[in-house]
Amino acid sequence: MDQDKAGIARQFIQAIPHSRALNMRVELLGAGMAEISMPYDERLIGDPKSGVISGGAVSALMDTCGGAAVMSHPAAPASTATLDLRIDYMRAATPGQRITARAECYHVTRSVAFVRATAMDEDHENPVATATGAFTLERPKGGTT
Amino acid sequence: MTRRPPEPVQVIKQRRDAALSALVHGVPYLQFLGVEFERRGDELTAILTYDDKLIGNPMLPALHGGVTAAFLEATAIIGLSWSLIWDDLETGALDPRSLTPDALPRLPKTIDFTVDYLRAGLPRDAYARARVNRSGRRYASVHVEGWQDNRARLFAQATGHFLMPSRDD
Repeated sequence: MDQDKAGIARQFIQAIPHSRALNMRVELLGAGMAEISMPYDERLIGDPKSGVISGGAVSALMDTCGGAAVMSHPAAPASTATLDLRIDYMRAATPGQRITARAECYHVTRSVAFVRATAMDEDHENPVATATGAFTLERPKGGTT
Repeated sequence: MTRRPPEPVQVIKQRRDAALSALVHGVPYLQFLGVEFERRGDELTAILTYDDKLIGNPMLPALHGGVTAAFLEATAIIGLSWSLIWDDLETGALDPRSLTPDALPRLPKTIDFTVDYLRAGLPRDAYARARVNRSGRRYASVHVEGWQDNRARLFAQATGHFLMPSRDD
């Protein structure tokens, strides 16, 4: 993906209303890979006793990152939507730390994209969660199929 | 043999609604998403009130897939917690007045959660119900169905496994 296209894709993702609500930031994007982070936010707490971020917020980050990886794939999809997303939670994210998701679109067929993703807090050795997903892949009209 | 007269209906309702409210309103993320629960007996229906910030695809527009996942997961966790406190609540072992945001029962932890997206989430309210298929001492398996206009036309469903809160903490 060239710089202009990457810039447009970055703006596009950061303009998604729910991504904005969670203050997501695109760190890296291109060739079927995406890295998106979001800051710790008290509004997203799922366990009031510990202050740990809700699994749902981590899911939203992973889903956004997975979709971004699909959109940045060299197949240049016109659009995508999640078909299926499975998330495994390894541990609680440490309160106060930024969460970063990294997703890879590792295979595409004519109409389906396969994605795996990992979410980390500031401890990059021990993932908070991993995910695998299948996304729809809309080919651009008039493009090769 | 003397039987205790049944409790007045308002006492029962007040107790159950107070416990549910404490459970739901103690979680900041549920307030952020705009999720509330309606109760009929022990049956809960989760309601996600539409808001523009829940959109993931502004072109269609459609709800964000992450919002759908979060909504169904929240429904599963609250549904499972509710089933765990129900008996204690009804026998009087748990006093709903003791349930404050600082003194809630510990919530189950998600081990894994799989969401099946069946159709685009429309920009309007969504509903969900959880069914606890298995609730053991340590693990539980919960299925959730989400719909919008028609109960029979699900827009998403999910299954998750949960680690039960330990009894003594």
